[in-house]
Amino acid sequence: MSVTRKDVEHIAELARLKFKDEELQNFTEQLNEILAYMEQLNELDTENIEPLSHTIEGGNVFRQDVVKPSLDREHALKNAPDEDDVFFKVPKVIPGA
Amino acid sequence: MIDKYEGVIGLEVHAQLLTDSKIFCSCSTKFGNEPNINVCPICLGHPGVLPVLNKKVVEFTVLMGLATDCTINERSIFARKNYFYPDLPKGYQISQYEEPACEFGVIEITLPDSTKKKIGITRIHMEEDAGKSIHDSGYSTSVDLNRCGVPLIEIVSEPDMRTSSEAYFYLSRIKQIVQYLDICDGNMEEGSLRCDANISVRLRGETRLGTKTEIKNMNSFRNVERAINYEIERQIDILENGGNIIQETLLWDADKNKAFSMRSKEEAHDYRYFPEPDLFPVFVDKEWKDEIAALLPELPFQRRNRFIDSFNLPEYDAEILTQYKDIADYYEKVISSTNDYKSASNWVMGAVLKVMNEEKIEIKNFPISANHLADLINIINNKTISGKIAKEIFPEMLKENKHPLDIVKLKNLVQITDTTAIGIVIDNVLSKFPNEVEEFLSGKEKVFGFFIGKIMQETKGKANPKIVNDLLREKISSTKRIME
Repeated sequence: MSVTRKDVEHIAELARLKFKDEELQNFTEQLNEILAYMEQLNELDTENIEPLSHTIEGGNVFRQDVVKPSLDREHALKNAPDEDDVFFKVPKVIPGA
Repeated sequence: MIDKYEGVIGLEVHAQLLTDSKIFCSCSTKFGNEPNINVCPICLGHPGVLPVLNKKVVEFTVLMGLATDCTINERSIFARKNYFYPDLPKGYQISQYEEPACEFGVIEITLPDSTKKKIGITRIHMEEDAGKSIHDSGYSTSVDLNRCGVPLIEIVSEPDMRTSSEAYFYLSRIKQIVQYLDICDGNMEEGSLRCDANISVRLRGETRLGTKTEIKNMNSFRNVERAINYEIERQIDILENGGNIIQETLLWDADKNKAFSMRSKEEAHDYRYFPEPDLFPVFVDKEWKDEIAALLPELPFQRRNRFIDSFNLPEYDAEILTQYKDIADYYEKVISSTNDYKSASNWVMGAVLKVMNEEKIEIKNFPISANHLADLINIINNKTISGKIAKEIFPEMLKENKHPLDIVKLKNLVQITDTTAIGIVIDNVLSKFPNEVEEFLSGKEKVFGFFIGKIMQETKGKANPKIVNDLLREKISSTKRIME
């Protein structure tokens, strides 16, 4: 498996990242090196092995449905780049709305 | 021309679960609180925090799965659905993708012509809700994250519906089931029940599916019907003009009665699902499943069938009475004090529902207690009052919480059943209108109604209608004999 420069542009777009030309070139090569390294895993026969999403699978881990105090609003908004003491403020999401 | 096509509709329904706390943290799920007060580092998506699953969310999801004949998967896993939107602070929604909680279910709907249809349920999975963006203030968008992390189930149907009306009845059925299970309040206007529709059209007889579009933002039952009709017509129009359907997402605009393309970039649909590393798989073994199954209440279709079988009600009545659990409860309270099941059904489906709709009141606040309504029916049946008088008493009962008999006595409305007394009134009326008597005798049956009206007027509506009817016929006929 390998990625093209176009794939990298797509992934960058999804992550809202902007790269220069030579960076895109560089990342494409580096990603392909990583993928080639990971290819080694394909040498193993995994035909009859269930996919694993966690390395430890114990029993269920639950919370009971009990409300506990939340943050006060001042603290909740504290790290926001923009707020008005009530809401988080972000650039207009729907242009013209 | 349109007849050669058929619509193919599948619905994705989101139901907000009625837990006290959120799905992965202990913040309150309360609706309508001040903005951004039910938030904590977990639902705000701060770095380094870990979600912990609310046990009740699993129980509610399994309840819904059992109520819709789903297979309850012994093991299910959470996944990250990645996308950027300001009301989703983590940059991903924790949902389920592969291995959802429930699969392969079915919901039966009843159409207006009483035919039944089974709609397949593809899957039911657990996920978290996003926050709320408020777009209408100034130059920026305001974000309230109280709703962020409120538990949802998503119920995905098979593309088994063919018309907007089938979609309407399917959605009504879901609302009914979640309300019976008491796991969601089912309020579409407030957004606790939401619906997206996948729609395509094809020529009748064709078995392959056409290209589908998805419509979002239909926030009422009526809008779901309208939007689906709109989209089916739009697609047929395009095909008839030789065009192709483009797979896209549309937003319903209820004011304009139109759907608009979101015109989002292709990227928007690349969610890159992968297993959520912060949450363990959920195991629902047979023992736990049985425990949850023991909590299942009587389901709507079971109650409907019981109403038909035990109370001898027509299917139509049973369907309407069981539409809402609390109305069915009210009906059952009424018939615990009267054995006239059909009259009770008529009163509840008729007068009671009418007042509820007109006055926009819920049955739990209905001014007439089930007991009093039952007694109203009883005093009609024991001939204390006529049905006509009952209709006059009903509004009085609405106004003040009084027993119907008290109103009857207070207003002196007790029915006259004394044949002698009624006979005197009839004789009087007949003697006052000899011409009309002639008319009747010469075959004008219509005049009979005129006499009934006059007699009722004389007795202020209190005469027993059946006695008046029988006695009047008897008396006119004997007049006839005399004249002959």
